[in-house]
Amino acid sequence: MSSASEQVDIRSTLRLWGASPVIVLCIGWLLAMILIAIFADLLAPIHYTTQDLTARFRPPAFMTGGSADHLLGTDHLGRDVLSRMIYALRTSILIATLGTLIGAVMGTLMGLAAARFRGIVDMVAMMLCDVQTALPSLFIAIAFLAFFGNNIVLFIILVSFEGWERYARLARGLVLSEQTADYIRAVEAFGAGTGRVVFQHLLPNIAASLVVQATLNFPGTILLETSLSFLGLGVQPPDTSLGLMLGEGRRYLLNAWWIAVLPGIIIFLTTLAMSLFGDWLRDRLDPTINKEG
Amino acid sequence: MSASLLHARNIARSYELNRHIWGNASVVHAVSDVTLSVGRNETLGIVGESGSGKSTTGRLLLGLESPTRGSISFDGRPLPVIGSPEWRKSRTRMQMIYQDPLAALDRRLPIAKQMREPLDIHQAGNLQERETRVSELLRAVGLSDAVARRYPHELSGGQRQRVVLARALVTRPDLLVCDEPVSALDVSIQAQVVNLLSDLQAELGLAMIFISHDLRVVRQVSHRIAVMYLGRIVEEGEADDLFARPAHPYTRALVSAAPVPGTKLGGRIMLRGEPPNPANQPSGCAFHPRCSAAVARCKSEMPALAELGGGRKVSCHLAGSPSENQADPSPARTRVPLNPVEAASEDVA
Amino acid sequence: MKMSSLKAIGFRAVRSLVTLLLCVTLVFVILRAAGDPSEELLPPETPPDIRQEYRVQWGLDRPIVVQYLNFLSRVARGDLGESFASDLPATELVMRAIPKTILLGGSAFLLATLIGMSLGVTAALRHGTAVDRSLIAAAVLGYSMPVFFLGILLILVFALQLRVLPSSGSSSPVHLILPTITLALPLAGRVARFARTATLEVMGKPFIRTARAKGLGQLAVILGHALPNAMVPLLMFFGIEIGLILSGAVVTETIFAWPGLGRLLVDSVNMRDLPVVQAVILMITLIIVLSNLFVDILHALLDPKVSLARTLGGAG
Repeated sequence: MSSASEQVDIRSTLRLWGASPVIVLCIGWLLAMILIAIFADLLAPIHYTTQDLTARFRPPAFMTGGSADHLLGTDHLGRDVLSRMIYALRTSILIATLGTLIGAVMGTLMGLAAARFRGIVDMVAMMLCDVQTALPSLFIAIAFLAFFGNNIVLFIILVSFEGWERYARLARGLVLSEQTADYIRAVEAFGAGTGRVVFQHLLPNIAASLVVQATLNFPGTILLETSLSFLGLGVQPPDTSLGLMLGEGRRYLLNAWWIAVLPGIIIFLTTLAMSLFGDWLRDRLDPTINKEG
Repeated sequence: MSASLLHARNIARSYELNRHIWGNASVVHAVSDVTLSVGRNETLGIVGESGSGKSTTGRLLLGLESPTRGSISFDGRPLPVIGSPEWRKSRTRMQMIYQDPLAALDRRLPIAKQMREPLDIHQAGNLQERETRVSELLRAVGLSDAVARRYPHELSGGQRQRVVLARALVTRPDLLVCDEPVSALDVSIQAQVVNLLSDLQAELGLAMIFISHDLRVVRQVSHRIAVMYLGRIVEEGEADDLFARPAHPYTRALVSAAPVPGTKLGGRIMLRGEPPNPANQPSGCAFHPRCSAAVARCKSEMPALAELGGGRKVSCHLAGSPSENQADPSPARTRVPLNPVEAASEDVA
Repeated sequence: MKMSSLKAIGFRAVRSLVTLLLCVTLVFVILRAAGDPSEELLPPETPPDIRQEYRVQWGLDRPIVVQYLNFLSRVARGDLGESFASDLPATELVMRAIPKTILLGGSAFLLATLIGMSLGVTAALRHGTAVDRSLIAAAVLGYSMPVFFLGILLILVFALQLRVLPSSGSSSPVHLILPTITLALPLAGRVARFARTATLEVMGKPFIRTARAKGLGQLAVILGHALPNAMVPLLMFFGIEIGLILSGAVVTETIFAWPGLGRLLVDSVNMRDLPVVQAVILMITLIIVLSNLFVDILHALLDPKVSLARTLGGAG
């Protein structure tokens, strides 16, 4: 009973926030994906590496020849596509989330430093931003992976390159305008150190815009990870990611389209939901639109 | 008058504009050759239009900016270098009140946390003591403890400025600089805040510098007044005396434009010409383009700030005999009568 | 041309050069940080004495600063070593691939403009109606579609099910169709959104209202007045999106076995043909920096004050 009333509550809150049914749907989808990723171990019917060479290319249950054993069919090694998708989702979301966090933190810190210290720090930071703009993160990632070989830590760091310069520019611009405000000057006039000024006052006051930026950036991060994995340069077998499943499945399109298409749908819907959610959040929260409160 | 607490000698502050790789830097003299002092138990008013350098002077005197020339001493010692540990420590003894209290408060933090912050920064006492101090001061400025849990946007303009004032006093400073503290407030609230400032100054024995463009407000709180024009002090003197006998043509114009209740509006002197622009300073006396009494000498030669006796200083070639100001018999530093209805509606808390 | 325009262009040109230099430096750092370039850049089966010969020839026994300067001069001369896989100079392989990428990118660019502009302008003309809303929705779907997924869907439908179009290769113009659509559709979504905003903006301007007052029909106004005015912003839009187009080309060319820069890059990485990887990355950097510079010059010519302020503001 309480959960039902809570649900109604959440829905009316969202509506109060101006959330259209589409946005509610997006939030619902994203929550579902996150929950599936978290509880992958409980939800996956079969372990994702379990092969059954006697059951290769089984079609999904809704097609003729499909069975309830493999709801979404099997791949070229007889592995359960549903189970693999659940684990692939976990990997993709984990990498994209870590990548987004690392990129947001590094970019924000760089922007903060540029705006607070100005001078040479600012110049170097802005030059690095220029380099990132000139060289899309896909190419930077490919260059690093080509020369250093693939490992998961490097891969996550490379994924975090997606859009870090946007946080840096955003944070720099916001801090530059915010730090001339009287409340910052007042705190400085009390003798507060840079740490207190930045982390107690500046950061909380610009956080909303940065969160919106992170939301808008997340689809790009997912696409970078899945693109690299699709090209065979990202997540390596026996691990799996949504992009890697697509990359592997594209060789069997003719007789087993589901191996590639099903994970593709998940990627598509997730990035779509995140983009719409991000746009909506920006309209709601961006302090340049909504200054008071 | 007591020995001076803060003493500024010939301070100047200039800024370079348009500074980039090959652009010629143009220098703007915001403050030039200002000498000032203020003692404990004393309020010094600084009056001037925007662009007169009064706010910059305030920041220089507080040690928030360093002068390009000249020296400032506080309590007998030069102001420490900005950002140094001694400078940080000195912040507890000198504080500032801002024009717009809403802008001066962090809108994401509750009042109590912001008021405690100066004590947190300087680690004064334990948490309990800090909180006691905060509620002590809230009461001192006429606010209730309930305000402590609120956020800036939940308060009225007058309440916010009281909070800013309380926060400035929380470290028991000796010097308080108020930069246009009531200009952003409703007229109905201005008098309350001015009276509060005045009372607290007397009660705590503060040295106070009160900066405003509004001569009427300045005279209510000040013992002495300095009039600034284009970065320089053009006249300085005891508040009553200055009002009664303004010596500088600029001061005369300001005084005549600031009618006092109960007097006639006669004899108002209109200022003509462009308002002053620090980036484009005239030759000779900076005021001469707008001065009705200017002679040839004013164009070529800058007048020095000369003693006239009785603590009066004037920077004008023609000021030998300060003229009597007929329009002003009332003494300065008076309490402004409050409208009881407004007073009641303001203190909701 | 105004002095301020020249100033802005000069500033941007210097900044582009610096960016280019930094990118080259980045490649050098990656190269050196990854290990001994004689290991990385020579085929694994190279005998040790030849390897040593190359080490001396490349100056790898010299101080790092000298190596860096040597690297810069080799890059400037276009000498980026030979491909392990084909014994051809890496630069030549890149030069061979570029026309194919230009062909693919150019046709995608045209298709995206055609689709995007017509949808965007239509949506703007029907502003606020159901047509507008569904076109916006279509645009969002378009640019949220991952390129690799779109490519696979197109292959599945047109090459494998309907069997009307080839799915890989570049031997005939027909081979161009699927990769072009794949690259163009997400781009068309962005163009449509851009065109809609631009049209809405331009329709409020006085000269358009004057034209309409003269009795010109809506479409005539758009074609005769609004469109020419939108061409420059559109060019600038593509200049900014070029990085995205090239990223998309990497995936598209790989899916459709289209022998352009992107395919060359991925193949070279998979074969660890590092001289070629290096050459492709540098070439892509050059393309992007030049098109950004082009955008900036356009911008400077159109609006010198804003551009200079932006330049200076950005440079700090």
